[in-house]
Amino acid sequence: MQMELFQAIANMSGANFAQHLVNGISLGSLYALIAIGYTMVYGILLMINFAHGDIVMMACYFAFFGITIFHIPWYITFVGVIIATALLGAIIERTAYRPLRDAPKNSVLISAIGASFLLENLANYLFSGRPMRFPNIPLLSQNISFGSVQIQAISFVIPVITILSLVVLLHIVNHTKIGMAMRAVSKDYEIARVMGVNIDNVISTTFIIGSALAAIGAFMWGVKYPGITPMLGVMPGLKCFIAAVIGGIGNIKGAVIGGFILGLGEIMIVAFFPQLSGYRDAFAFILLIIILFYKPTGLLGEKITEKV
Amino acid sequence: MKKKRDLILSVILLIVLFGLSWLLNSEMDSYVRRIANLCMIYAIIGLSMNVTNGFAGQFSLGQAGFMAIGAYVVGIFTVPVAARATVFYAVPMNPAIAGIQLPVWAALLGGGLLAALVAFLIGAPILRLKGDYLAIATLGFSEIIRIVITNASSITNGALGIKDIPTLNDARYIFLATAIAFVFIAALINSSYGRAFKAIREDEIAAEAMGINLYKHKCLAFMISAFFAGVGGGLYAMLLGTVDPKNFLFTLTYNFLLIIVLGGMGSITGSMFGAIIVTAGLEYLRIFDEPLELFGMNIPLFRPGLRMVIFSVLLMVCVLFWRHGIMGTKELTWDRIAQFCKNPLAVFKRKGAAK
Repeated sequence: MQMELFQAIANMSGANFAQHLVNGISLGSLYALIAIGYTMVYGILLMINFAHGDIVMMACYFAFFGITIFHIPWYITFVGVIIATALLGAIIERTAYRPLRDAPKNSVLISAIGASFLLENLANYLFSGRPMRFPNIPLLSQNISFGSVQIQAISFVIPVITILSLVVLLHIVNHTKIGMAMRAVSKDYEIARVMGVNIDNVISTTFIIGSALAAIGAFMWGVKYPGITPMLGVMPGLKCFIAAVIGGIGNIKGAVIGGFILGLGEIMIVAFFPQLSGYRDAFAFILLIIILFYKPTGLLGEKITEKV
Repeated sequence: MKKKRDLILSVILLIVLFGLSWLLNSEMDSYVRRIANLCMIYAIIGLSMNVTNGFAGQFSLGQAGFMAIGAYVVGIFTVPVAARATVFYAVPMNPAIAGIQLPVWAALLGGGLLAALVAFLIGAPILRLKGDYLAIATLGFSEIIRIVITNASSITNGALGIKDIPTLNDARYIFLATAIAFVFIAALINSSYGRAFKAIREDEIAAEAMGINLYKHKCLAFMISAFFAGVGGGLYAMLLGTVDPKNFLFTLTYNFLLIIVLGGMGSITGSMFGAIIVTAGLEYLRIFDEPLELFGMNIPLFRPGLRMVIFSVLLMVCVLFWRHGIMGTKELTWDRIAQFCKNPLAVFKRKGAAK
């Protein structure tokens, strides 16, 4: 194994490595954007929003309909997709999670699984299971050459957009009133309620922000990986949840770090060990189990002690 | 007295049901038999999922993975040796196992035992997790199992799947397997182990303080659950005649989730009802996938995919408005039936009072 690794490194030129690095960073940025949605919801409601991956999938379909079917310019569609997806996130919260606010955790979990399953089946029914092609946006999907290496423009755009979104998000969370309410609810749900924080509003806002970020991620995901199917969101969804756990669930910066670790790790494993490429999807789960075993609260998570 | 009566009644019921399965086998066409058999197989797996999720309170979503193990053990070891070259046409079978052919019962048991062994090995790290984390880790394991199966071509024939598995669409044998699983799990639940499971479900810390070894009991529940899921998976493979990694996507687990939610988390008789309703329901919902003509007009609403939409809406409605399912954590016992026969209206009255 070690010999093979050295050989693979020796065979890899600097340019090739740079290409993998850029790919890894852009995939990591996408994971980070989606993982933030998981981590924010978990921080406040202590539940996995299983439907988050499927929200990404729906956003891809929204973009497909906007650009390919209705011929709306892509930048207007981009804004439209963000609004529509944020609305979808709020609707899911309202119908699937709010009625179960005081129910046992397992019921909420089942409801989340049900919501995810419903979105997948609905997409399959409405848009048919045939893969569709995400609209081509020449500005973003053109190749830029660096000597012998060609890299898609979107691979550079993704990290920039991710960083911008992150700055805006951190500003909202740290310096606005609703952000303060979010932090309060995530610290202590009951006390925040007693202190007069409107819990329902805060939770709705959380879902809206998370879904909007998912929409941004989905749009760029579609440009980079253009095949859209109803099951598109499942794997990224699971992996982004894992990224959020790796970083320490409930922690926004942790989610970003986790996303980058996962994205870079996946691309590099396939780059260095091509014979393992069939196991690419298993990497995330193995990493999850290792992390949970050695550091159950994730890299940046706070230590939790259970009270009786 | 009462215990004796219950035992006699249960034995009579089992014999009657076995007779029914005999009748089903000789009188019905293969389509109806297949649905009935699928009901019983799903009942086994639903029961197995209820052991971890309903009784021990550990939310596991790994059932599809354990089924896959059982199904593949049956697939690999029961395909006749002579037929293997044609089944494994892309990558020849590993010579170490190419000559081994097991009788069906041994392959089923072996599949169950291998699933239990895998559950034991992965139980050590992941049973320390709780709630959502456990759910996602078990779901991840079921996907890893599927990925390994897809990639280990010389043993499992990879993505091509295994064909020519001797089929068993015989309600008598499948009924016997279901009956054994039911009796075993019922006995387990009523034993001290079962009470320990329930104690863990209600409150882990209190259970530990009462001297229950948490890890041992969780692991036991997980292994028993995996064993029956493996056996169920083996029967499933024999009912279909083929196995394919795509059969065991984690969405398969959602079927069993609906079964135990509908039947009642923590009720084995509930799981049986749930299995029958969900399997038969899914089969008869197929009319929604076919185009419908009403008064000479083609209603465009009915097209492939509607069935699964209805299925997932049912799951949602069930969780949102009918969280306890048919049985809740109660069981359908002979006592209750006797009470019901004496005064059928009392059931409804008590429900109203409980609210």
